[in-house]
Amino acid sequence: MRNPTGVLLGRMMRTILRSPDTIITVAITPIMMMLLFVYVFGGAIQTGTGPYINYLLPGILLIAIASGIAYTSLRLFTDVKSGLMARFMTMPIKRSSVLWAHVLTSLVSNALTVLVVILVALVMGFRSHADLLHWLAAAGILGVFTMALAWLAVITGLTARSMEGATAYSYPLIFLPFISSAFVPTETMPQIVRAFAEHQPVTSIVNSIRALLYEGTVGSEIWTALAWCIGIMIVSYFVARRAFKHQLG
Amino acid sequence: MGHTAISVRGLTKSFKDKEVLKGVDFEVGRGEIFALLGSNGAGKTTTVNILSTLVKPDGGEAEICGFDVQRQPEQVRRSISLTGQFAAIDGMLTGRENLIMIAKLRGVPHPVQTAGSLLDRFSLKEAANRRADKYSGGMKRRLDIAMSLIGTPAVIFLDEPTTGLDPEARIEVWNTVKELAGGGTAIVLTTQYLEEAEQLADRIGILHGGTLIKTGTLSELKKMFPPAKVEYIEKQPTLEDIFLEIIGNKEEK
Repeated sequence: MRNPTGVLLGRMMRTILRSPDTIITVAITPIMMMLLFVYVFGGAIQTGTGPYINYLLPGILLIAIASGIAYTSLRLFTDVKSGLMARFMTMPIKRSSVLWAHVLTSLVSNALTVLVVILVALVMGFRSHADLLHWLAAAGILGVFTMALAWLAVITGLTARSMEGATAYSYPLIFLPFISSAFVPTETMPQIVRAFAEHQPVTSIVNSIRALLYEGTVGSEIWTALAWCIGIMIVSYFVARRAFKHQLG
Repeated sequence: MGHTAISVRGLTKSFKDKEVLKGVDFEVGRGEIFALLGSNGAGKTTTVNILSTLVKPDGGEAEICGFDVQRQPEQVRRSISLTGQFAAIDGMLTGRENLIMIAKLRGVPHPVQTAGSLLDRFSLKEAANRRADKYSGGMKRRLDIAMSLIGTPAVIFLDEPTTGLDPEARIEVWNTVKELAGGGTAIVLTTQYLEEAEQLADRIGILHGGTLIKTGTLSELKKMFPPAKVEYIEKQPTLEDIFLEIIGNKEEK
């Protein structure tokens, strides 16, 4: 017997490749933001280290993932509404495989988006001397971040009553990087804002990726970053499972 | 009636403080078409959802092919297929891909061949490689039913299979359902159209106010109720007769 998660993952990847606009649409906003910040605001921003695009890229990647995540909710919501979910639920397959397929789809499609954004950044002058191991570590952090948000997306996809509701929750996630070290160093921020910025997940994730890509170290904040991501992932996973069970009456 | 495919005893279910089912009993034999007839909100879908393991009952017993829906859901799911109120297909995939996906999920030995023969059987061969969201309502429903047949389940639930379909497509679905029951599949059909129950069902259960108030074959139900009157009336064609006559035998391309 074939693995149902694999079959369902294949189904969704086919859907995504058939409408590549979803990947392009998701990539366009972060790319525009990158252009805006590098060529308009960037000249006036003092980060103190290297070209601004290098400083900016990790935050932009998080924004790309946060906006891509909205599609995970949307795809799940569509499955529930179309009755496909009920069909899968009444088939002799492991029920959780349906959710895992959505989460893995999110992982793959966001990886594609991230790749597109990095290619554009390369054209704009982004450079890193990190070795393969550090690149893999950076990819790993982004992957765990994506999984955490994807499980969060499962909750909204399952419980939303409308399409707008299913996607609306990603807006605050997209906004979070602005109040972090993603665009400017936190040192210049007023006390209260700075306190928030330094204690929310984006800052530690962004700082860890910077350390990996530009300093060749794992940095001091990687454990904070991983704790945030894994914490969010575990909590969302259990809430999502509950929502799933509850929905089955 | 040979083997019993479905047996339901004293099924109850409430949502919040609304009592939807207040003790429903019925049995369906293999190869039999059983129609649950009732108005909107009578509990038809709730009954189907309980029998197909989507919803847990509050009380009562329900068995599908001898398996308890609550205690042996895995075996029940191996024996059933649900065709819900909306055609549960993936519009981004072609008809063929939809069928292959379900065949793989069901662990059928030859998914591609299975899909091919179902496309033939449901006259979807020409449309096989087109995206399913481009199909007409009737074609979507046919694909939906074809997907439900994969793995030859012993019991098929059809929840309002013709709601929202035009008269032609409705007749297509009716023919499909008759053919299925001919092959030994037990079919539970919910409908709010009296004509549909009359056309298809071997036995009819009338669900009203949370209980099955009457169960029987059409002729049994006819005997129970006002005796036949002999009246001479001019047989006017129904609007449906007229409509079907005008458009003739238009075939879907």
